[in-house]
Formats: sequence, C-alpha cells, structure tokens
Amino acid sequence: MTERACPEGHLGGVERPEGALGGVDRPDSSPDQGLHREPERDGLLAVDGLSITHDDGELVDDVSFRIAQGERVGLIGASGSGKSLTASAIMGLLPDGLAASGSVTLRGRQLLGAPERELSRLRGKDLGMVFQEPMTALNPAMRIGRQVAEALTIHGTARRRAADRARELLDRVGLPERTARAYPHELSGGQRQRVLLTIALANDPALLICDEPTTALDVTVQAQVLDLVAEGVRDRGTSLLFITHDLAVIASVCERVLVCRDGRLVEEGPVRAVLSDPEHDYTRRLVEAAL
Amino acid sequence: MTVGERVAAGASPAVAIARRLVIFVVSVGVASVVVFAFMAVLPGDPAQVALGVNATPELVEQTRQEFGLDRPLVTQYLDWMGGLLTGDFGTSYVTKEAIGPQLLDRLGVTLWLVGAGMLVALLLAVPTGIVAAVRHRKPSGVIVSAASQVGVAVPAFLAAIILVQVFAVQLGWLPSGGWTPPAYDVGAWLSGLILPAVSLGLVQGAVLTRYVRSAVLDVQREDFLRTARAKGLRPYPALLRHGLRNAAVPVVTVLGLQLATLLVGAVVIERVFVLPGLGSMLLDAVAARDLLTVQSVVLVLVVGVLLVNFLVDVLYAVLDPRLRRS
Amino acid sequence: MRGNLVVGGALVGVVVVTALVSLLWTPLDPQAVDASVRLLGPTSQHLLGTDKFGRDVLSQLMVGAQTTLYVGIVAVGLAAVAGVPLGVLAAMGPRWLGELVLRTSDLVLAFPALLLAIMLAAVYGASTLTAMIAIGVATVPAFARVARAGTLQVLSREYTLAARAGGRSRWWIAWRHVLPNVSGMVVVQSSVSFAMAVLAEAALSFLGFGTAPPTPSWGRMLQESQELLAVDARLALVPGLAIAAVVLGFNLLGDGLRDRFDPHLEARR
Repeated sequence: MTERACPEGHLGGVERPEGALGGVDRPDSSPDQGLHREPERDGLLAVDGLSITHDDGELVDDVSFRIAQGERVGLIGASGSGKSLTASAIMGLLPDGLAASGSVTLRGRQLLGAPERELSRLRGKDLGMVFQEPMTALNPAMRIGRQVAEALTIHGTARRRAADRARELLDRVGLPERTARAYPHELSGGQRQRVLLTIALANDPALLICDEPTTALDVTVQAQVLDLVAEGVRDRGTSLLFITHDLAVIASVCERVLVCRDGRLVEEGPVRAVLSDPEHDYTRRLVEAAL
Repeated sequence: MTVGERVAAGASPAVAIARRLVIFVVSVGVASVVVFAFMAVLPGDPAQVALGVNATPELVEQTRQEFGLDRPLVTQYLDWMGGLLTGDFGTSYVTKEAIGPQLLDRLGVTLWLVGAGMLVALLLAVPTGIVAAVRHRKPSGVIVSAASQVGVAVPAFLAAIILVQVFAVQLGWLPSGGWTPPAYDVGAWLSGLILPAVSLGLVQGAVLTRYVRSAVLDVQREDFLRTARAKGLRPYPALLRHGLRNAAVPVVTVLGLQLATLLVGAVVIERVFVLPGLGSMLLDAVAARDLLTVQSVVLVLVVGVLLVNFLVDVLYAVLDPRLRRS
Repeated sequence: MRGNLVVGGALVGVVVVTALVSLLWTPLDPQAVDASVRLLGPTSQHLLGTDKFGRDVLSQLMVGAQTTLYVGIVAVGLAAVAGVPLGVLAAMGPRWLGELVLRTSDLVLAFPALLLAIMLAAVYGASTLTAMIAIGVATVPAFARVARAGTLQVLSREYTLAARAGGRSRWWIAWRHVLPNVSGMVVVQSSVSFAMAVLAEAALSFLGFGTAPPTPSWGRMLQESQELLAVDARLALVPGLAIAAVVLGFNLLGDGLRDRFDPHLEARR
C-alpha cells in the first residue's frame, strides 16, 4: 500500500484557535500543509501484519498501517469488517477467545504479547480509547467525578488533585459543575460520550482511539462530540485513530483514511484523494452510497 | 422478579420500599391464614390428634373446651393472631406448656446455625466464584466450576454424615453433636457450631459459587469494565472496583433465596447434630402430634423467609443507584 | 457445552435403566431380612454388602431408584401441569391476573417443599404421596415464572405482533406461537426441578417424612445407616453417592439443554 502525497482533509466545523495546552508536536495546525509537514512527523504507532484469529478462522488478516505523531487517521468499513477488533488489539483488550499475531509497536515498543503489567501502564496514559456505546460504557454504580478522577489516580495523580482536575476536565468539554456528582443514568448519551472522551484524554495520551463514538447518538449531538474529539486531540497534539462506517465523519475529522473490508485493508490514502478518486471498487461504492 | 421489573415497580425508592413493606405485611397475613387453615381443616380435630385414637370422647371434649377448640374457626384464628401480636403463642395441647418462650429459645439456636452457615457459604463462594469467572477459560477455572457443580448435587445431610465421620469419629477434633449456649461456654459453643455450620454452608456455598461465577462473568462482559481496563486498571483491580458492586445485585437476590433454603436446611442439620433449634422443635412436635406447636413453628419459619425477601428488596435500593436517585 | 449434555444424559440414563431393570429383576429380594448375613461387606453374593437386617444393599439401591424417579416424575409433572398454564395466563391475561399469579407464587415460595411436606405429614401422616404433593406444589412457582417470562418474550417478537395485527385470537397465538417456544424452557426447568425434587425427597425420607418402610428409598437407607457410621461408612456412602449422581445428572442435563435451546448464550464474540 502506497501513500499518495496529497493535501489532508479539512476539519469540518472546527475552526478554533489553537488551544493553550499540548500541541507541541505540531508547530502549525492549519490544514493544507500536510505535504510539507509529512517528513517531519515522527512515527508513533506501527501496525505490521496484524492478524486476529478465532477458533473458526481469521477475522483480521494481515493489516499494516502507521500513524504519525499528531496525525488523524480514519479507519472505515462496514460492521464486521474487523475495524473494532483492530482497535481492541492495539489496546491489548481483545475479547476472550481471540488471538492476535503480527506486530503492533508504539514508539518502537512492541505491544502484542507484552505483559499485562506493562500494557496496563500504557493504557489510559499513552493510549486512550472511546467506545461505541456511551450508554453502557460507564459504571452505573459510580459517580461521574470518581470515574474521571480514577483515570488520573491510576497513573499516579494524588487523589485530591485528581478530583479537582476531573472537574476542570469535565468543564472543558462543556459539562456543568454538578456532573461530577451525578450517576451515569442521569446523563444523556451525548453527555456520557463527553465523559468518556474526558476519561480517554485525561492523561494527554499520545494516541486516542475512537471506536464509532458517535454512531449511537443523534445527528446534532454527533457534531458536537466530533468537534470535541477534534479539539481535544488538536489541543494535546494527540494522534487519532477514528473508526467509523460513516464517510462524512471521516471527512470532517481525519487527514488520512484506511478502508477495511472483510478483515483486510483495501485502500489507504489522504482523505480528499480517496474520496475524490477512490481506487478500489469497495471504496467507490462507499463513496457513492454516501453521496 | 428481574432487576428491570424492580426498577419499574416504583418511581422513587421510598415509594418502592413502602410498596414492598405493604406486600410483606399482607403476605404475612395471608401466610398466617394459610397455616391456620391447613391445620384447622384436618380430618378429626387437634384435640383428637393430640390425645390419640384411644382417648375417651369425654376427655377429647374436655380438651377441646380447655383450649377453645369448640369455638368457630374465625374466632379461633383471631384469638391466635391477637395472641401472636402480643407475643403470646398459646399453650401446647400436648405438653400444656407455653409455646412462646420455647420458640424464642430455639429460634436463637437456629439463627446461630443459619448465620454461621451463611458465613461459611459466603467465605467459600465469593473468592472461588470470582476466580472461576476470571479464569473460566483456564483449567483451574474449569475445575472450580466442575467442583461446584458436584457440590450442588450433595445433600446437606450427606455432607454432615461425612464430616461427622471424619472430624468427630475418626479424628475426634470436634463434637459429633449437641449444643452449648454461648453464654455458658464460648469455646464449647463454637466447636459445637463448626460442623453443623460447615455442613450447611458447604453445599449452599457450592450453589452460591455458581451464581457468583455467572454474575462476575456477566459483569466482565460489561462495557464499563472494558472502560476501566482502558483506563489502565489491571484485571483484578478493575473487577474489584467496578465489577463487584454491580455483580452483587444478582448475587444478593440469590443470597436472599438461599437464606430461606438455609432456614429449612437447618431443620435437617439440626436433626443430624441433635441441636435444640426450631427444626428439632418442629419435628418433635410433629412426632408428638402437637399441632399448635407445629403451626407456630411453621409460621415463624415462613415469616422468616418472607422477611428475608423483603430485606433483599430493600437492599436493592441501596445497591443500585438507578433505583436510589431516579 | 456438549459435555454437560452427554455426562448428564448418561447419569440420568443409568438411573432410569436401573429403575426399569429393578421392576423385573434384582439380584436378591430387597426386602428379604436375613439375620445370618447382617452387615456384610461386599461379597460375590452381595456385591455391595448387606445392611443391619441382612438385606442386600444393591437390590435396595436398585429398587430405591424407582422411588426416586417416581417421586420426581409425579412432583415435577404436577408442577409443570399447574405452573405452565398459570404462567402463560399471567403473561397473556389481564393485568390483575398476572399480578395475582405473581403474588401467589411469591407466597408459595415462602413455603419450601420440606416445610410443606412436614405440615402435610403432621396432618395426614407421612407417605410417598404427601412428599410428592408437597414437592410438586412448592415447585409450581418455578414453572409459572419460566412460562411467564418465555411468553412475554414470545409476545414481543415480530411474528406474534404480525399475527395479532392479522386479527388472530389470543388463544390461537398461545397455541401456535407461545407454547412451542416456551416448551424448550419448560424442559430445561423440568430437568433442574427434577434434581431439586430428588434432593427434597431424600431429605424427607432421611427425616422419616417420605416413603414409608418397607419400600426402599435412598434417603431412608442413609438415615438407617447413620447409627452404624462408625461400624461401616459404606452403608451411608452407597445411597449418598447415588443421590448425588442423580442430582448431578439432572443438573448437567438441564445446563446442557439450556445451551441447546438458547444458542445465543453460547456464540459470543
């Protein structure tokens, strides 16, 4: 799979000034400079020959891709195409009974087969993840503030400081003060997804993985959450792997897109190029269906 | 009743609990009628049953009058209930002694036995259930669940017989039966309680292990546990901090049902270990055809079961914030 | 898991075959008392030895299987015949009826089988019949609940909604859609309830509230062996293991059948 040098996709609706925090890796966040910046970017995540197998056969077959520091990559495909499993494999959180082979490295460090001890130190600190189902992804029996603060205390922040910081972070995604004391069932789907985004970004991770974070939400709420995702990664200089089956979402958030079908990557390239001139049949059909 | 139905049952927890309280009180009332009717409609009458077939009609009639058995059933029932409300369980037709004080005495023994049995069951089931769930794909997990499956199949009295054989008869470490009140000699009380409690708790523990295992398995599949792992919590801490409280909800229901089973299981265990509890009192009363005593003990046991169910409902409201604050 | 079904089926099969064989043939007369061969260990004549009356333990065990199965079949049959229609009615009938069935079954649950049997025995005297009735009545709520839950599930499916929209009567739907779909769950419940019935019958016989002598029963064999434990634990172990094996068999069978009827529980990704 070759990379086409081409301008990156635009950030739909996220024309905000650069945030004060993060952004160290990206001297310039304005779009249309991908071409010049490309060589400067350091590699962050490298996936090589990743296969995921079940007793009955292969679910993901020989998938390889790279994500540079600060890069926003979309992974698109129909449900069951193996995109969520790829994300789970990167996090080291594959469901029981599935086995991954190949190589996944973060800053050169091998993640596949790494001891649980080591992986759990990376999760939540260097790797953040937002899941598809906001309704069930939060512990129903624990207050929101504690769930956010926990993401910090696990990685060494003092308890009191974590509680204060949790409130700040919730404020930053536009959730009212009282949210910290609420239980998940008292929040809407969009609010819960903001909480989950807050948790995933709490430690300013190097890579944020979003697994269809907006699929379960209303259209208007989708846009807000997308904005927050885009803003969150830009402020922190965090790389993004955004999984979806919705081309429009990819176009608005990502620079580069990977197209996944039946467990394989069939096409890869800058968003605008892939959308305007899809090479693979499958991609073409996706594009046509979206128009 | 599922959690969903419980949630739907009442808008606010206070209302839900009040509703449950009403149901509890009504159930106790209905249960008392059932128990009374059961004993009242028998062929012959309690006096005849108590005195035996050889009693002269005069003696039977005299006994009937003595205990008010010649009055209408409704009057008898109301009289019985009136007595119960003031703690007076009446007088045995056979021994002519007051039933209440004896009942209270026996209840204490049974409660110790059931409490200790529950403790044994929990100490056994919670850790093994969690391990069996976490390792359900590993040999150790499979062995634990197979062992619990076998444990479920063992009748409590068989466990009791084997335990007595090993620890009382062969090894001589513990007494094979008998009861010492704790106020009299704590050491003797405790050593006398161990074997009955373990017999009772072992089998219930096996049942409970299976529920703990499946509750933990269910909770492990929950998305929020994955969120916890994604935060960087390792498997056991994630389970302990996020899983257990949520897994506790279904387990508490089973625990409630099990307390009822334990209360009845105690009847058998008391017989094996010759403990002066409610069970022995019931069996002795049946043997002596002492129907009022049978009636009283049965009612106490049934009310105990209903009370446990009620408390489980209240506990729900505490464990599940969706009930507490919706 | 297939294993559950196979092992459970095998254990239950062995007991059923044993009971059937014992109807026609046992090694010796299970009730023949012979003081000259009291408390023998296993011999070629008595494969499992003899009890304190010199009765052949193997023959008693075989005939005891009849009692166990008989009580289980009648009790579970009674519970299913009463419980399933009640559960279907509770789900399909008017609200108050559903509520009434639920409340009543809650109340019945407060009278466990053992307690009911002892009450019955106190009034009518202990017999196999009182044991079966008590166990059966105490098991009705389990069937009513399963049938109600299954019915509610079926009623929410598209095909029943379509049938309703098509103007079919409630009873047509109950007959055509509900019963066939609930039957799987009822079979599973029967297996599990059977295991509990065996345990209850054993406990009752052990206490002397079950099958009356001289008809052999495993629970009573256990009870009779109790005083002889120090002399010969075999007399307790033989019926004890038989009870445990049957209960294990029915429990495993129930689990296996549940996996069969509920394939979605198995295939999880």
